Parts: sequence; structure tokens; C-alpha cells
Amino acid sequence: MPLASAAFALANQEDCMLDQPNQPSLLDIRGVCRSFPKGSGEELLVLEKVDLTLRSGEIVGLLGRSGSGKSTLLRIIAGLVAPTSGDAKCRGEAIKGPPNGVAMVFQSFALFPWLTVLQNVELGLEALGIDSAERRKRALAAIDLIGLDGFESAYPKELSGGMRQRVGFARALVVHPDLLLMDEPFSALDVLTAETLRTDLIDLWIEGRLPIKSVLMVTHNIEEAVLMCDRILVFSSNPGRVAAEIKVDLPHPRNRLDPMFRQLVDSIYARMTQRPEPRTPAIEGIPGSGVGMVLNHVSSNVLSGLIETLAGPPYNGHADLPVLAGHLQLEADEIFHLGEALQLLRFAQLSEGDLMLSDAGKRFAHLETDARKRLFAEHLVNYVPVMGLIRRVLDERPSHSAPAARFRNELEDYMSEDYADETLKTIVSWGRYAELFAYDEQSELFSLENPH
Amino acid sequence: MNLQDIRTPALGQVLRPNVWDVVALVLIIGTMVALVYGGEQTTLPLSTLDVNPVSLDPANLPLYALRTTMRMLLAIACSIVFTFIYAALAAKSRRAEIVLIPLLDILQSVPILGFLTFTVVFFLNLFPGKVLGAELACVFAIFTSQAWNMTFSMYQSMRNVPKDLEEASQSFHLTGWQRFWRLDVPFAMPGLIWNTMMSMSGGWFFVVASEAITVGNTTVTLPGIGSYVALAIQEQNLAAIGYAILAMLLVIIAYDQLLFRPVVAWADKFRFEQTASASAPTSWMLDLFRRTRALRALTYPFTALNRAVSNLHIGFPRLGVAAKGGSERQSHVIDAVWLTTILAGTSYAAWKSYQYLAATLDLSDVVTAIGYGFITLARVAVLIALATLIWVPIGVWIGLRPKLAERIQPLAQFLAAFPANLAFPVFVVIIVRFGLSPNIWLSPLMILGTQWYILFNVIAGASAFPTDLREAAGSFHLKGWRWWVKVVLPGIFPYYITGAITASGGSWNASIVAEVASWGNTHLTATGLGAYIAKATEAGDFPRVVLGIAIMCVLVTLFNRLLWRPLYAFGERRLRLG
Repeated sequence: MPLASAAFALANQEDCMLDQPNQPSLLDIRGVCRSFPKGSGEELLVLEKVDLTLRSGEIVGLLGRSGSGKSTLLRIIAGLVAPTSGDAKCRGEAIKGPPNGVAMVFQSFALFPWLTVLQNVELGLEALGIDSAERRKRALAAIDLIGLDGFESAYPKELSGGMRQRVGFARALVVHPDLLLMDEPFSALDVLTAETLRTDLIDLWIEGRLPIKSVLMVTHNIEEAVLMCDRILVFSSNPGRVAAEIKVDLPHPRNRLDPMFRQLVDSIYARMTQRPEPRTPAIEGIPGSGVGMVLNHVSSNVLSGLIETLAGPPYNGHADLPVLAGHLQLEADEIFHLGEALQLLRFAQLSEGDLMLSDAGKRFAHLETDARKRLFAEHLVNYVPVMGLIRRVLDERPSHSAPAARFRNELEDYMSEDYADETLKTIVSWGRYAELFAYDEQSELFSLENPH
Repeated sequence: MNLQDIRTPALGQVLRPNVWDVVALVLIIGTMVALVYGGEQTTLPLSTLDVNPVSLDPANLPLYALRTTMRMLLAIACSIVFTFIYAALAAKSRRAEIVLIPLLDILQSVPILGFLTFTVVFFLNLFPGKVLGAELACVFAIFTSQAWNMTFSMYQSMRNVPKDLEEASQSFHLTGWQRFWRLDVPFAMPGLIWNTMMSMSGGWFFVVASEAITVGNTTVTLPGIGSYVALAIQEQNLAAIGYAILAMLLVIIAYDQLLFRPVVAWADKFRFEQTASASAPTSWMLDLFRRTRALRALTYPFTALNRAVSNLHIGFPRLGVAAKGGSERQSHVIDAVWLTTILAGTSYAAWKSYQYLAATLDLSDVVTAIGYGFITLARVAVLIALATLIWVPIGVWIGLRPKLAERIQPLAQFLAAFPANLAFPVFVVIIVRFGLSPNIWLSPLMILGTQWYILFNVIAGASAFPTDLREAAGSFHLKGWRWWVKVVLPGIFPYYITGAITASGGSWNASIVAEVASWGNTHLTATGLGAYIAKATEAGDFPRVVLGIAIMCVLVTLFNRLLWRPLYAFGERRLRLG
């Protein structure tokens, strides 16, 4: 605590001395909304009335599920996407195109494969028109800072993932941005590499050696957010909005095994599973429910495996999500997907960060293949509205067949084309497993016929 | 910030002159001298060509080969410039795209030698009585054989630039100009170089065909390998044809070793892969350049120039973040005006063309030409089928043997590059000697040069065929017919289609030179659209040339749309492995 707060106090003091007394905040987001066209041509709201203020000297995390609009918000701030409505200001100026003094680190690294490490790092400076001697000096300093010494002349493809992301950091830091944006910067890395990179970055930050004032990072990894951030904004989905703001007062360096740390992680898990989502098929026409429910593709094998794992020891039908995620080596986001799929099918229930097997789920675990398929089919028809709809249509039509386009159009009334594709893929895969209907990929036709 | 930032580096460079500035100066002056000299040569009156006629003395061949190669290089330079401008326009402007891309699609199916008829007249009139006109016409013909697929490749790459790199370059404030040179061009490089290589291969055919050409009363004979062969045919000198073939072989080998291999090896770094590949292309020439200080120094001025040019702060209208709202209506209005303009222009052009053709031609001419078109179509179809029957089994056999494939593959690529028209006389001599029917026996000439595309694509496909699938087929005792139909043919199908499309396009083009042939005073003609266009060209009968080209264009386009594209899509969707 003392070390960290000392460093912060120092940074803040400096800011106060440098800037005018009535300094504008680094970032000012007021009532920002963003919508994208749905497949049907209407607009789909992905970000609803988001407020966010960022001051110097803090690391702020945007935490949420995929599709909660957190990446969209980051891109609005980066000037890559324009908000549909609302005010987005950076250093007191409205954001139109990428603002000065903001640099970004990408999930996929986004390095230019035809440029060496040094050239990649120099790129941002070249664009600013800085002369070559100064450019070289600053690039080498950034490379040195981030621990890339000796790799200057290597091409990205010669580097490991961790080294590549270090180049990504160096490239962003070399322009001395006030605000560093990070879009899930560690999620494409393996566990060990990601951890090293996180701690290196935090060490540099608390030592005050990073030439930046503030960091805004997007993540879906709860532990990562608690480990790094001073403030976490938890996003809810459909549409994305800020569901909660959590202050993290733990001193750096933080210890994952610290009971306080665990408690914070558990409470965020609980917060993210307890939201009262209208998953019931009763309310038609609301995005995310009824026929318009977005189905994330989860293989029936994975579902069966998860049910078996839950039914067996040590869980015996009841698992704590962070523990389960750790055991199965899954990210929070993935375990949520699985849990929700089970919940949707009434094989399990999610609440307060726990996953509990239902009676049907327990029964499923002990059945053999054909009986499992029958139970799965029964639950599909009863609890997944679109499955019931497809089955009804196929039963009613004399030809017992229907083109996929018929259902795709209906889905696109509620969701974007990408989500409609994903949902359709899930429908086909689950329907095939349950032997509810057949699907011909070539002619895109659902039918009741099965090949003999 | 802009002003200051631009000035600093510019000043910095001026203040520190170095030895490379001198080198650059020498190089630039050298280029100027060469240009002036070349210019003097080409501004000579056309009559000098008659004073110093092409001679069959083999000692002249190196010089002729050099002139032919120069034409090729000039054409490829033009093609690259054209590609950059045209592809960038089409990829960056939605409105330009509407017109440019279909135009390119049609231009691809226009027979190249058909262009020649008009361009010779056009360029000769542009520079009356000067060699320059004839040279330009020849270069233009080569250009038309090279540019289209290069442009397509560049356009497609530019449309598929990875989103994260696009965002990164925006986020780091790269201007449109910087982005083009730093992102779009490097990303398009591998595809562009591959297509340039294919274009160069195809180009040899046309440079040879267009060096000696007769349009109506105008006969142009530019010194080069093509005109050397033309003269040899006239004088029935088989030995001279042998020399020409030998010279061409050497030229193509030299060009491959000295130019293309180094370029391909150098361009390996542009391949968009995040992992290092096992076998990178190599080139002794590039190694030489990289290791030798003096030679390497030659590239410094270019590197510096490239850096300076690509870093210029030229603002293009930025794409991506567009203001929403009021401008949308305005944009719709502009769209409407634009579309109306295009429609009006098209209608006017259609009406003018109709008037021009209707003045001399009537419906019976059209019917005749269409009839000829179908005869040539039948030839192309039969020849592709025959080539398939022969080369697919051989290609598979070779491709499944890696050691052999390694040796045969360059040979097949080389044969595809070799201008088959140099070898035509050899076949014609045989046809004349044995009194064979030209209608049947001239046909194979159409596919003589293009069948290799089928062979080397099939070899590539069979080489890439996964070992585990072969082993699985073996362990299930799949043999004979079943092995071909269920295992290998589906596996190589996408590759075969790529080869067959190229081969069929090339055969249509070749039909114009292949359906008429001569040896001394013996002239052989096969019935078909190619011969129809060739004869009309020789007679200077422009309406019939236009008609023939239009019909060939329509047939080629239909052939592509109705047969090749669906097959290609099917192969990509269902049969692409991995």
C-alpha cells in the first residue's frame, strides 16, 4: 500500500502542477449509445447510455461478457467507431477520429508482419512526423523499457506470443500517450506468459516508469481485472450498459491467494450470474428471449461432459464457478456460456456464482446414449422456443421440410446477422444430436427425413 | 503540429548529405541518359526499320532477345503502375468500384491480340511515321495481357486487409498515403508478385505475337525474337527457328534466376503469417545482393526514396469514422446522379457501336460469327478435356512422389512461360508434309502452351494432399477406380479448376494465332472465330474485328460464369482441405 499510493500521489501532484487548476478529466463519456443494423435492417442497440469519467493515475477495467459492448465502447474512445448518440470527449475535446494522446494495444497484437520489431515500434512516431534520430532514440528506449532488448531486428513471426504483445506495448508506449487503451491484451496468450506480462506491466506502472497517465482496459477475465485495476466497471449484456462500479483498494502487488482478493473475485462472479435475465419464453419480442433468443454454440459433447463432471465427486451436483473454472481451465466467459446453456435446458441452475445440477440434469448423467438423446430432445422442444417452432413447422408442412432462410429471417428480426448465424449453427448441431430433424447443408433445408 | 513536424525531418536530411546521395545522383543521371538514348532509337522514322531489316543471322539474336526483354519489362512496369492506381481507386471508392470492377472482369475476357488491331492503328497515328508508335502498340499489347489479373489480385487484397491492422494504422494516425504504402501494398505483395509472375509467363506469348503484325496496309516488324521467327517462317528456315527457341529458353531462364526468384524470395517477408514457415523460397541472386556490400549499396537510394515517399504527409479522405445523419441524404442524391451518368454513358456507347457496326454488317454476319464462335468453343472444350485426361493422371502420379515433383514442377512452370507460338512452325511443317486436315490438326496448337497450367496445378494439388488421408485410404483397401473418385480427385479438384481456368482462357487467346498458320507460301486455315478475327485484322476490316472480338468476349464470359465459376465455388466450399 505505501509504495503504490506514494507513486500515485506523486503522479497526481505532478499533474496538478502541470495542468491548469481547472483541469478537464482525461476522458469524459456522457450518455453514449451505439447501435448496429440488424439483419432485418432495423437497429440493434449494443451500448445504452454509458457514462464514464477517467482521471489521471488510475487503471480502469471494463469487465463483461462477450457481446456486452465493452469493446465497442473502447473503439468509440479510440475514435475507430462513432457513437450513435451521446457525448464522447477526450482531454476536453469531442472525439472525431483517433484522438491525439491515445494509443491502443490489441488483442491480436496487430503487428505488421513485414516490419521488424524496431520498425513496428517506430511506426507510430513516423506517422507523427518525428525526425529519424529522435525516432530511433525513443523507440530504443521503449524497447528497452518493455524488455525487448536484442529483438530489435526480428520479425514478428519469429517471436513468441508474449514477445509479440511486448512489441504491441512498446509501440503504444513510444508515442507517450496520456491514455493507454488495451483490448483484452492478454487473452490470446497462454496462462504463464499472460501472468508475467501483467506483473511486468504493473511493476512498471507502480514504479512510475510508464510514460502514460492512465490506462483503460477491456477484459472478460475477472481475476485479471481484480489483479490490475483500481476501478472495475461491470457491463451487463443486451444491451450493454454499466451494471456496477467496483473500487479495488488492494495494494500492489496483489496476491491472488489473499482472502480479500478471493472475496472480491467471488462477489463479482456472483454479481455477474445473478442478473435477472428474462430467459423465460413467455415474453415474445424482447431481444434475448422467446424465438429471438441468441443461442451460443456449445457442443452437446461438452454439455454432456460438464453434466457428468458436475454429477461426480467432488462437486456432487453443486459447484462454485471460480473453482470449476480453475479446475477445467476455462475463462469466466466460457464457463458462463456453458452454465447458461445448461440453465436454458433446465439441466442446471446458475445463481450467486454457483452452478447446481437440476433433477433432470442428475438423471441425464446416469442415462445411456439413446435415452440421453430423448431427454435432450424433450428439453429442447419444451424450453428452447425456436426449436419448438422449427419442429412445429416441419410437422405441419405436408413436405415435412423447410428452408433455413425461413427461420433465419425470423431470427434476424431480433439480432444481428452474426448472431443469427451462430444461433442457427447451434440449432442445427443440437437438433442433429437430439435427432429432432435433419439438415442438409448444401440446400440449407430442414426436414424430418433421416438418411437410411 | 503538422507544419513543424514536416519541416524537421526534411531539414535534417538536407543538412547531412552522404555518399549515397552521390550514388543516387549517378543512378538518376544514368537513367536519364538511357531514356534519352532509348527515346532516340524509338523516335527514328519507321523507314529505318526497312533500312535495317531483321536478319536471320544468329549473331543478331542476343540483341533481338534484349529488345524483346526490354519491351516485357516496360510493359510490366506500366502494369504495376496501372494496378496500383486502378485497384486503389476501386477499393477505396464505392462509386468507382461499381464501374471499375465489372469493367475489369470484361477486360479480362477480351482476346489480347484483338486489342492489337486497334492499338497499332491508334499508336501509329499518334506518332505518325515513328518507331515509337509501333513500340508502344507492342508494349500495350503485352500490358493488356498482364494488367488485369494483377489488378484483381491487388483489389482483392486491399479489400481483405485484416481489421486489426487497419485499426492499428488508424489509431496511430497514419495518413491515407502512409497507410497505402505501409499496409495496403505490403499486404497485397505476395498475391501481386505471384500474379505478376503468371502475367510475365503469359506475356512472352504476346510479345512474340505482336512484334510482327499486319493490320490492313500497315506492316510493322520490330526487331525482336518474334519478328525473327516470323521471318524464319517466311523463308522456311527451320534451323533459325531452332536458334530462336534456344534464345528464348535462355532468356526465360535468365529472367527467372536474375529477376523473379530474387523478388519472390525477398517478398517472403510480406506473407501474412504469424508463424515462420518451414521452407522459405531461396535465391542465390538475392543472397549475393544481401551479402555483397557493394551490390547491397545499390539498393540504399531506393530504400531511402521509398521511405521518403511513403512517409509524405498526403491526406486522403479518411475512411471508417464517417459522420452520420444529414450527409446520408446528400450521399443518396450523389449516388443517383452517378448511376444515371453511368447509364447514360453506357447507352450512348451502345448506340454508337450499333451505328458503327450496322453501317457495314447485317444480321447474317452476326450469325456467321456466332457459328464460328461455337466451333472454336467446341475446340477449346475438347482440348481441355483431352489435356485433362492426359495430365491429371500424370500430375497426380508426379505429385504423390515428392522427390520427382520437386524436379518436374519448375519444368512445368517453365513450359507454361515458354511462348508456344515459337514452336508452331515445327507443327505446321509436319501438317504440310503429311497433308493433314488443318481443321483438326491446327487445334492442338491452341493448347500447346496452356496445357502446362493444368499439369503444374495438379502436381501442386497432389503434393499438398494430406498423408493421413492417403494412409487412411490405403488401410481401408481403397483401390483403382474407387481410389480415384473418392480420394484423389476430390482432393485435387480446387487446384485442377484453377489450372483449367487459366488454360481455357489462354486457349481462347491463342486461337487467334493458332487457327491460321503459314510456312513459306503455304497458308493453313482452320474454320473458327480465331481465324475469323485474324483474317479480318489482316484485311483491316475493323467492323468484323469488333464483331469477332465482341462475340469471343461474350462466349468467354459466359463460359466462365456458367461453368468455371460454379465449379470453382463448389471446390472451394466442399473440397478445400484444411
